[in-house]
Amino acid sequence: MSSADAKVVSPDLALVSAIRAGDASAMASLYDRYSSVVYAVALRVLGDTGAAEDIQQEVFMQLWRNPSAFDASRGNLGAWLAVITRNRSVDALRKRRPETDPEDVVLSVVPDMAGQADRSRVAEKVRGVLSGMPATQRAALEMAYYQGMTHTEIASKTGEPLGTIKTRIRAGLIALRKAFEA
Amino acid sequence: MSAHEQFAEDLALHALGALQGEERAALEKHLETCSACRLELDQLRGDIALMATATVGPKPPQRARQRLLDAISKAPRVPTVVQARSRFNWAAALGWAAAALMFVVVVQLRRENFGLRESVNKLAQLTSQQTIEVANAQRVMDTLTASDTQAVTLVVAKGRPQPQGKAFYLKNKSGLVFVANNLPQLPPDKIYELWLIPPGAAPIPAGLFKPDARGNATVVNPPGLPAGVEAKTFAVTLESASGPHDAPHGTGVMQGGA
Repeated sequence: MSSADAKVVSPDLALVSAIRAGDASAMASLYDRYSSVVYAVALRVLGDTGAAEDIQQEVFMQLWRNPSAFDASRGNLGAWLAVITRNRSVDALRKRRPETDPEDVVLSVVPDMAGQADRSRVAEKVRGVLSGMPATQRAALEMAYYQGMTHTEIASKTGEPLGTIKTRIRAGLIALRKAFEA
Repeated sequence: MSAHEQFAEDLALHALGALQGEERAALEKHLETCSACRLELDQLRGDIALMATATVGPKPPQRARQRLLDAISKAPRVPTVVQARSRFNWAAALGWAAAALMFVVVVQLRRENFGLRESVNKLAQLTSQQTIEVANAQRVMDTLTASDTQAVTLVVAKGRPQPQGKAFYLKNKSGLVFVANNLPQLPPDKIYELWLIPPGAAPIPAGLFKPDARGNATVVNPPGLPAGVEAKTFAVTLESASGPHDAPHGTGVMQGGA
């Protein structure tokens, strides 16, 4: 790494740093960067635009109130927001109290998604892996992911053994990981 | 895959928030002590984040952006650094001090917890090892002393079995096992007595015994034997059953030097 490179600060880090200092314009920039993925996830889970807007508002306000909850050493900001949005949306869908503390969300081996091109590349690759999965595996993974269903509920709905559902879900997630390790 | 196989599938469910009840409690307990599974959980959460990026949908309405900016303007953040410099907040300081103290206590408790856990594991291993040793020792004793043990004396071909005894003596632990065979049957009112004879000292009583119908007898760890006594000779005498038994008074039957 050259000395010039060493001085480069990630745009996400710069934004979070500005938010920590109380800069509202930094929050607007961050919203412009990540609101599409946050809203898409919330809408996909909840299926209701009003509810998705509420979750989006809640997620961004949470970051505004407590930017220290995001630790850059624990994953990239886009992925972190996406996971928090998904978890919070599932909690809302299932009408349960929030179960995940944002500060506990640690993400390993997530590719950099700071730029729009990066996000598009990652999204395309993930969609490719998902579409290549057997339909039963993709369905189990999506029921768990987007509907927050437990393995017991999925097994009951599909009429398949619990162990099969567990295996499909884990294998599906590992398949996604392997696509980015190659 | 670095995680423990038995938790592998539960880790994936836990990352999705789909694990409930006892399974969840068992996994969370395991995670407290297993860094490999914690790492795997982080990786699975990363995998879940990948799924989010593939989610397609319409962009949020423009009003959502304005709604957020309005909310922010009504909830301005006071930069932490400015606040810290402007006024020393004793209440906050006390809170932080208490939190720091609690952190130290928690760290110490965790250390002690790990220490205790290690001790318990070592004790469990020791107990297991001792159980095996005791079982082996018991098996040896059963073989030597059981009434249905086959005791075979090998002698020169065509020779006649002679009375004989073997003494196994561990002086530091006062351990003594004596096994005799081919002993003549006792006359009425008589009994055999074993003696431990130290060098240059009086014989020490080491147990009274009677042989069984086949002439076999054993003495195991006779009570009252002092520890650490050097044994020069072991001897067996034929004594009056009514005593006294504190010193040899009868006739010698067999003896052997240590």
